[in-house]
Amino acid sequence: MKAAQKKRKAHHDRVFPTVNAIFLILLMFITLYPVLNTVAYSFNDGTDALRGNIGLWPRVFSLESYKSILSDKAVYQAAWISASKTVLITLLNLFWTSMLAYCLSRKEYVLRKFITVLMVLTMYVNAGMIPNYLLISRTLKLSNNYLVYIIPTMFSCFNMIVIRTYISNLPEALVESAKIDGAGDIRVFWQIIFPLCKPVLATVALFVAVGSWNSWFDTYLYCGGKKELYSLQYLLKMKLATTQASANAAKTTAEALQTLGQTTPITIRCAITVIATVPILIVYPFLQKYFVTGIALGSVKE
Amino acid sequence: MSRITATNGAGAGTQNKKGFWSQLSRQRQLVIMSVPMLIYVLIFNYSPMWGWITAFQDYKPKSGIMGSKFVGLKNFQWLFGRDDFLNSVRNTLAMSVINLVLGTVAAIVLAILLNEVMHTFFKRTVQTVTYLPHFLSMVIVVGMAQNIFASNGPINSLLMNLHIIKEPLFFLGESKYFWWLVGIINVWKEVGWNTIIYIAAMTSIDPSLYEAAAIDGAGRFNRIRYITLPGIKSTFVILLIMNIGHLMEAGFEIQYLLGSSLVIDRSQTIDIFVLKYGISKQQYGVATAAGMFKSIVAIILLFAANTIAKKLNESTLI
Repeated sequence: MKAAQKKRKAHHDRVFPTVNAIFLILLMFITLYPVLNTVAYSFNDGTDALRGNIGLWPRVFSLESYKSILSDKAVYQAAWISASKTVLITLLNLFWTSMLAYCLSRKEYVLRKFITVLMVLTMYVNAGMIPNYLLISRTLKLSNNYLVYIIPTMFSCFNMIVIRTYISNLPEALVESAKIDGAGDIRVFWQIIFPLCKPVLATVALFVAVGSWNSWFDTYLYCGGKKELYSLQYLLKMKLATTQASANAAKTTAEALQTLGQTTPITIRCAITVIATVPILIVYPFLQKYFVTGIALGSVKE
Repeated sequence: MSRITATNGAGAGTQNKKGFWSQLSRQRQLVIMSVPMLIYVLIFNYSPMWGWITAFQDYKPKSGIMGSKFVGLKNFQWLFGRDDFLNSVRNTLAMSVINLVLGTVAAIVLAILLNEVMHTFFKRTVQTVTYLPHFLSMVIVVGMAQNIFASNGPINSLLMNLHIIKEPLFFLGESKYFWWLVGIINVWKEVGWNTIIYIAAMTSIDPSLYEAAAIDGAGRFNRIRYITLPGIKSTFVILLIMNIGHLMEAGFEIQYLLGSSLVIDRSQTIDIFVLKYGISKQQYGVATAAGMFKSIVAIILLFAANTIAKKLNESTLI
């Protein structure tokens, strides 16, 4: 009887990992399906795509969508805006946040408590959309100006606190010995601490870069009137709005076919989606080991 | 410091002050490094709070805050007399609760399942794949959702092939589906990402606990129930408090992008209401009042959750 029990237990121990693995594979499939489906659509013929029902492989292969996008100047302009603002915001963020993080990690700094409280509060209390809008567009007059992408987002309290936690965990002796050798705080920060922060800076850079690359609402709010300042995501949002309007109006494929002339074909939208996603797909797997640590750090911030 | 000043009289006070200034001048490099962002935060995070005054005004952009007429609580009264505002409060709370419950349960279940995987490469692959949607923009995610949930899309064909439904369901055009659609899309996008923090908590559980439990004959499910779940409890409570503080933030992007005039009675959140009245209709006073209402409720919720957690002897945020 004991042997039977043992056998049953061993059997039980094999069942769970198998079921678990099957479930996780299914989950990966569900996660990837919409992405691969979009890729399939982007390589499909535009008129044929309206019939829907395209799975993971294009039905009528065509490169027309990519050709028409790559000949569209607006797409290049939008890609340039998105890429340049992402790089600028990321660099500025790393600089400002890590510098303040260093200051707030110095226990002897007399303004440390005051500044920390002021910073942490901003994560919970927000003036709201309208007061911010009035400040940026009316008081500072940044509407329809490239700087509106940069200035309001060049610093983040949350990221600063993540970096500060990281710096606090570095050995104190590093700073002390440098100071005994006569280095000032600026030098200690720039030559000793900043290079040591690489892992956490990689995490923060990823967060900031993805946030900036993915944002469309700032364009909508502040730069809607200036086509040269459209970001890639905003361009995509405009295409989404036109396809959606027809999709909602048309319950049948025949109706959808009728409206084809006036809307952006779904295939073009999918092709832009692919173009807007590729940079993220290239960067993020390399940074995975960093951001997992980064989040764990952020979670112990209190 | 203030107590010392009070007991030792004015003389000690000035001495203290002197100490502060001389210390500050000795730390001038730190001051130089920290003051730019201090000023930045005062301008971009604190100065807009001055704009809250417009919630009590009949604000006219031409005359500004100083020149506009005060109307007391009239903006708030107007808001609470409007069905579409009350509707958007309901929608916000409903979608937040759905997101919170679905999101938390899904993340914990997935974290436990991942934690049980012994094969490192397989585990990493699942993690890499499930983190991916977190990095996609909402514009892209909504575009994908429109393909997937279209009347001739894969979900409808699947349901029809399984003979669950006869006619395709009109997911995107009927308001009764909207909240759940948002919930499902959010889970799809964030479930992998949300496991990170739980898995981090699980790795800090002492492995000898599992060994001891195995020796005592505890099966897999008992080990999960009596070791893993208690091990992530404090993480769960902290996240719950933070999320309760964010209950008024049901998100804005997904509802704005996925919603349409057909589903507006279920898709309009407070943020969309603020956008509509504040930016499009330029009724700044009422829009600010709506935003302010949201902030105040959020702070009350945060403190309430924190107090309850403290009463229950749980870890707290503040």
